[in-house]
Amino acid sequence: MKETLTIKSQIKDNETTERISGSEAVIKCLLAEDVDILYGYPGGAIMPVYDELYKYQDKIHHVLARHEQGATHAAQGFARISGRVGVCIATSGPGATNLITGIADAQIDSTPMVCITGQVGSHLLGSDAFQETDIIGISTPVTKWNYQITKASEIPEIMAKAFYIAKSGRPGPVLVDITKDAQFEEFDFTYKKCTKVRSYKAVPETDSSMVKKAAELINAAKKPMIVWGQGVILGGAEKELKAVIEKAGIPSAWTILGASAIPTAHPLNIGMVGMHGNYAPNKLTNECDVLIAIGMRFDDRVTGNLETYAKQAKVIHFEIDPAEIDKNVKTDVAVLGDSKESLTQLLPLLNKNKHSEWHQEFKDLYAIEYDEVIKNDLHPTKEGLTMGEVLKEINKQTDGEAAIVTDVGQHQMIACRYAEFKNTRSNITSGGLGTMGFGLPAAIGAKMATPEREVISISGDGGYQMTIQELGTIFQQKAAVKVVVLNNDFLGMVRQWQQLFFDKRYASTEMINPNFVAIAEGYYIKARKVTKREELADAVKEMIESKEAYFLEVCVEKEDNVFPMIPTGACVSDIRLK
Amino acid sequence: MEEKQNFTVSVYTENNVGILNRLSAIFLKRHINIESMTVSKSEIEDVHRFTFVVIVTKTLIRKVVGQLEKQIEVIRAFYHTEDEIIYHETALFKISSKHLYDETIQNKMKFRRAHIISITENYFVIEASGLKEDIDNMYEKLKPYGLLQFVRSGRIAITRPKMAISELLLEIN
Ligand SMILES: Cc1ncc(C[n+]2csc(CCOP(=O)(O)OP(=O)(O)O)c2C)c(N)n1
Repeated sequence: MKETLTIKSQIKDNETTERISGSEAVIKCLLAEDVDILYGYPGGAIMPVYDELYKYQDKIHHVLARHEQGATHAAQGFARISGRVGVCIATSGPGATNLITGIADAQIDSTPMVCITGQVGSHLLGSDAFQETDIIGISTPVTKWNYQITKASEIPEIMAKAFYIAKSGRPGPVLVDITKDAQFEEFDFTYKKCTKVRSYKAVPETDSSMVKKAAELINAAKKPMIVWGQGVILGGAEKELKAVIEKAGIPSAWTILGASAIPTAHPLNIGMVGMHGNYAPNKLTNECDVLIAIGMRFDDRVTGNLETYAKQAKVIHFEIDPAEIDKNVKTDVAVLGDSKESLTQLLPLLNKNKHSEWHQEFKDLYAIEYDEVIKNDLHPTKEGLTMGEVLKEINKQTDGEAAIVTDVGQHQMIACRYAEFKNTRSNITSGGLGTMGFGLPAAIGAKMATPEREVISISGDGGYQMTIQELGTIFQQKAAVKVVVLNNDFLGMVRQWQQLFFDKRYASTEMINPNFVAIAEGYYIKARKVTKREELADAVKEMIESKEAYFLEVCVEKEDNVFPMIPTGACVSDIRLK
Repeated sequence: MEEKQNFTVSVYTENNVGILNRLSAIFLKRHINIESMTVSKSEIEDVHRFTFVVIVTKTLIRKVVGQLEKQIEVIRAFYHTEDEIIYHETALFKISSKHLYDETIQNKMKFRRAHIISITENYFVIEASGLKEDIDNMYEKLKPYGLLQFVRSGRIAITRPKMAISELLLEIN
């Protein structure tokens, strides 16, 4: 096959050429794409680009992470809260391989990200040179697109495509690998934004006849239920979704990545679906007559056993990615396209409705969940602190305005269950990959993208220690991230499974933890530890009032479990309350 | 249980480095064995065509083709059952020259699409083409003579239904 790229793309013309090096061209491309911040870590094969970053530091801010994985999660946090493309940069070999977890996370959670890696000189490719690794081969299955640049002249076109592909359609990560000689090489630079790639259809057209069919099903439904996902947030369709929900009076639930698109307090918001979601929407998934999925992909953590999932219901799927249609759940009506566009078309076709009796069924089941689970989580009578009451206190003191960035485990489920969101893009978490260590660096990226927002990172004692070194980034960048660790001295979620499904054989889930306060203080971050209920409100207050970064460790009950729960592979309606 | 069958998957792609990796990763992810594969240029300039043969269920091939097509540099991907295509494979057999005048071998070569394409002092080469079964058959017949080398191509296939790639590209361009 030919060595040079031949993707045909249409480009806007605004040409002026200047003779510059490949590495300077990289910076100019970033500036042309409105990038003013990127996250990374230097090394041999990317040094020419770092040299240019030094020269352009007044225009573009490089955030030195403490590990390349941290850089990727920071770029993800940046992208998730702002909707912009997150950018990270690393050297070849180990620098590049350290990006992989974050790239895989961005791929499965559809996060727009461009990763730039240095590569050994093109004459050394394939020779097992120092710090050579086949990052194109390694990253292929976890990127939306990737490309290796071996000539400086390829840089503008490839960078333009990288940004276009990362952010258009269903977003995702793109990796651009640049050999060192291409970084040094001089060429005539000119930049044209990419607006089209001929082999790639970013957004399929919405077929109005399908929208009509969907509307007919919804209008005829007696017990309709909506489950929305991140597609609503990615499409910027929050308002359109709210209008649809309110006009048709449909009880609506969300997947973990859909959280915050509609305020928690909205009367028709019936909570989260999935393994640790709310009782009512899970149970009634198997009672509804029309299930309307919007920008979600029927992940197995949402559906449980597919053989018993919503079999009674007609399924409508609003989706941007044709490969998701019928992938897990067979649909009756598939409406392809961008969520904003398709919901806009749907709205005028819907009849006004109330579905009060059906809505009441959700409220009744909520009451059961409240008595059995929520009451004890939020208003515990036992001595030990619960994760739920920490969330309740945070809700109260931030008035639901904060962005909550979580890690992975019990605290994540508790945070998503109990956080009260008022604004969209307020829940940032690793959903599809479940990457421990995501939370802290993602919170840094989120805070740097939106300094005006309160950003609270909530982690468990396990995941926190997977990227704890990023406290150094917080300190160096003076990023006013609020860092909460809910410490149960266990890898809590795994311990819960061991308790429930492995007869309490706690194999390697107990953690002997360090002095977390001392570690934070070692990074010159204000820190406090809470062990008693009486101290909680005051500590949260101190944290929220802090203008700088703040670390708060809350020692919670060691062996609390998260309920409700759908055991793996069980039927959604067999959700357990204890 | 849904039955598995042969599917011929035709993937039209841009002509760039690394696409094979991307496509094969999708089969790998689902633990699907590729029975045969051919890459060549296509009827359209600068567009390559991959032809894969896999044995899977219809439900699965639909999903896989969706995921193949989703790759940025894939223009379109199609799947076809055996009766929707006209297909062909070619094989070469290298045999010691001492059998060249063996009558039995001459008889066995009477199969209509086998002929000798090269003869040297030490060996001769038979080319055979046809369906997989034809070549399997030929292989069994020639094996007793001692095959010095044997190689078979991947399947190439022309579909009976139209694959409107040119129209699609025209529309995009
Ligand atoms: C990188 C990674 N390794 C392992 C796991 C498996 N895992 C899922 S939850 C969990 C426990 C998390 O413990 P902790 O961070 O203390 O949070 P808790 O559940 O106690 O809130 C583990 C080990 C994972 N999700 N990610």
